Amino acid sequence: MSEQEGIPPEQVPAQRDDSGETIRVQRGMFGARNGGDTTGYGGLVRTVRLPGEATRPYGGYFDEVADEFAGALEEQGLLPENVIEKTVVDRGELTFHIAREHLPRAARTLRDDPALRFELCTGVSGVHFPGDKGRELQAVYHLRSITHNRLIRLEVSAPDADPHIPSIVGVYPTNDWHERETYDFFGIVFDGHPALTRIMMPDDWQGFPQRKDYPLGGIPVEYKGARIPAPDERRSYS
Amino acid sequence: MGLEEKLPSGFALTTVEQAAGWVRKSSVFPATFGLACCAIEMMTTGAGRYDLARFGMEVFRGSPRQADLMIVAGRVSQKMAPVLRQVYDQMPNPKWVISMGVCASSGGMFNNYAIVQGVDHIVPVDIYLPGCPPRPEMLMDAILKLHRKIQGEKLGVHREEAAREAEEAALKALPLIEMKGLLR
Amino acid sequence: MSASQASPRETTEGTVYTVTGGDWDELAATAKQADDERIIVNMGPQHPSTHGVLRLILEIDGETVTEARCGIGYLHTGIEKNLEYRTWTQGTTFVTRMDYLTPFFNETAYCLGVEKLLGIEEQIPDRATVIRVLLMELNRISSHLVCIATGGMELGATTIMIYGFRDRELVLDIYELITGLRMNHAYVRPGGLAQDLPPGAVDQVREFVKKMRKNLPEYDKLATGNPIFKGRLQGVGHLDLAGCMALGATGPILRATGLPHDLRKSQPYCGYDTYDFEVPTADTCDSYGRFLIRLEEMHQSLRIIEQCLDRLAPGPVMVADKKIAWPAQLALGPDGLGNSLDHIKKIMGTSMEALIHHFKLVTEGFRVPPGQVYAAVESPKGELGVHVVSDGGTRPYRVHFRDPSFTNLQSMAAMCEGGQVADVIVAVASIDPVMGGVDR
Repeated sequence: MSEQEGIPPEQVPAQRDDSGETIRVQRGMFGARNGGDTTGYGGLVRTVRLPGEATRPYGGYFDEVADEFAGALEEQGLLPENVIEKTVVDRGELTFHIAREHLPRAARTLRDDPALRFELCTGVSGVHFPGDKGRELQAVYHLRSITHNRLIRLEVSAPDADPHIPSIVGVYPTNDWHERETYDFFGIVFDGHPALTRIMMPDDWQGFPQRKDYPLGGIPVEYKGARIPAPDERRSYS
Repeated sequence: MGLEEKLPSGFALTTVEQAAGWVRKSSVFPATFGLACCAIEMMTTGAGRYDLARFGMEVFRGSPRQADLMIVAGRVSQKMAPVLRQVYDQMPNPKWVISMGVCASSGGMFNNYAIVQGVDHIVPVDIYLPGCPPRPEMLMDAILKLHRKIQGEKLGVHREEAAREAEEAALKALPLIEMKGLLR
Repeated sequence: MSASQASPRETTEGTVYTVTGGDWDELAATAKQADDERIIVNMGPQHPSTHGVLRLILEIDGETVTEARCGIGYLHTGIEKNLEYRTWTQGTTFVTRMDYLTPFFNETAYCLGVEKLLGIEEQIPDRATVIRVLLMELNRISSHLVCIATGGMELGATTIMIYGFRDRELVLDIYELITGLRMNHAYVRPGGLAQDLPPGAVDQVREFVKKMRKNLPEYDKLATGNPIFKGRLQGVGHLDLAGCMALGATGPILRATGLPHDLRKSQPYCGYDTYDFEVPTADTCDSYGRFLIRLEEMHQSLRIIEQCLDRLAPGPVMVADKKIAWPAQLALGPDGLGNSLDHIKKIMGTSMEALIHHFKLVTEGFRVPPGQVYAAVESPKGELGVHVVSDGGTRPYRVHFRDPSFTNLQSMAAMCEGGQVADVIVAVASIDPVMGGVDR
């Protein structure tokens, strides 16, 4: 990438290394899974990794936030290495991977410490990575500081076998509905949530519809001699 | 329904049919059944520029018990489906349904777990109105077509006859998947 | 359905009456026999004044609301899941239908996210960015107009509704001229726009600004000083700054507490830092303050629109990178579809490689490097955030919308409890939730 002429270095994406999580191993191309693959790409194996751990300096206000956060955790007698599993800087955004048992303490610290002061949580977004063993379910929180005009991201993961993450409704009441939504769609159980029930789907719905192993649920469309399968059953390219 | 059911077979029905149809079509009371994007276009149709009052139906009734037309305006989710059916059941006869927009008619682009693939799975539909969302003019066109249908509606034994004929025609019709040939 | 009774049912909380409409005499008689006046009223999900398919569960004691809860999900469409089975470019068609009153904000937020993932933010042509801002500000006006119009209608002030929809039609005419559709446009695409402005668009927008300058004061005459309107709105739906922060409320609700938080100023995107406009605030924390802010924001949007028009310089509206850019010079073909005639001539007549490339771009789409980003814009309702995750494929891996309506609606309970039943309608209308955005 960096050999390309005329592209300023800050626009070249960070080098991918082996440090990020493997989320998928791609085999072949054009979605040819059965029968003869005549594309010539059948033997292709490609490992897809997310951006890995960043090294200092992170740049911008990120170093200051990271230092203050580590300092504030130490003040409470917590080892920052135990709380923050990893720090990722990618595309101008700072991400702290937090150990799930420490999430409420970390969130409270980020909200209350005067040098951090992330007052506004913009909710939680669930992501399901079936290929990322032991970290299949991930909850992603974005915290905004209006005082300091900053934005950071917290990422917490849980294995599929034990889908529990502590709730942070006590710290950010706004997450009430957001956590219910993530529970509804991904089945992440937020321990300590005051009323963790389904919010979008009917109460008697089976399964968690936005997980990757849950089918899209479309029906084939028929029209005058043609039958088009549902979008998730068509050939895919990626 | 009423008096017309008790009339002796075929007696004086033609004139009564026309009179009843004319009266019915001239004051259709739609129920407010706005669901999604189409509801906004439905409200626009009732507002100044398009002025649904010209067709005697600007008064959208809040209660289904006072309405005889349900305009299903928008996508119907699995969670909304029982509610929709209950509202339909609360409407007094005779009643009509316009399925407004492609989501209500067939599920449209939302071919997935959450959306009912066509409101005709839940309630009988008189007019399917395509578009995403249909323009107010299209809604008015659908309403006028429905008016024509209401005008021509039969009463008493004629109604039963018409229903039987429609049933027979529907049984003979080819399913869509078997309609071969040019896609016309 | 048979005439339904309000049959009393004993629970640990007291007597519960289930009301499904119908025999009110019987209900009144049963309520009279009871020792207290506590009733649970279930409003919606199909109710003319709940702003869409919103279900409100109110526990009322006489006329006072003692507890209020929302039931949502009646319009859940699974859009986020559907996106995962379409290419990145096709995604705009879906996101535009989320909050159907703010389609350009949804599209722009999504496209900003995808562009950030691709790392091409700097390459978006100026003209495309200016047109995006222009459309977003027009959209802000039309969204606020619907909010004021439907809010008025729910109060029984039908005239405001007629006025609001009259002016909204003017905006919709502009949308139709520019994008071809009145709603659900899919006009903003990753990398730029679907096509350039058609001839005559600039003149029509200028005409609109002139007309709106004349029409907006009519709302002041009709509502702002109207004693009944003020009486219904003032002091109703109170939510102070601490409440807003805790509940994550943004947009006019937050600005009505006096905090001038606006992402257009604090985290400028699309070059908003170069436009001259003000962020109106109020310090009343109530529905009336929110109404005034919406009205003033429309005035500010007109200012931004004029600046956009002055800035429009000729140029491309799609990135130069042909690996991402769809042909953007579309014209209406004889089949009624948007075609780029020059482009068709080129791929069909002269260049086999261009045809292959076009085929791959359309059927397969472009690949986006793995990673995740969060892009946020200030929609008329508050902070509209998009969390986009890519696994390096041609389709989004996960797209999550943090819709402001969803978050703001949570504050309904805080605004309504302790107030009158009639004030619930005012408070919900002042939140301006759009169920398409809440449920997605």
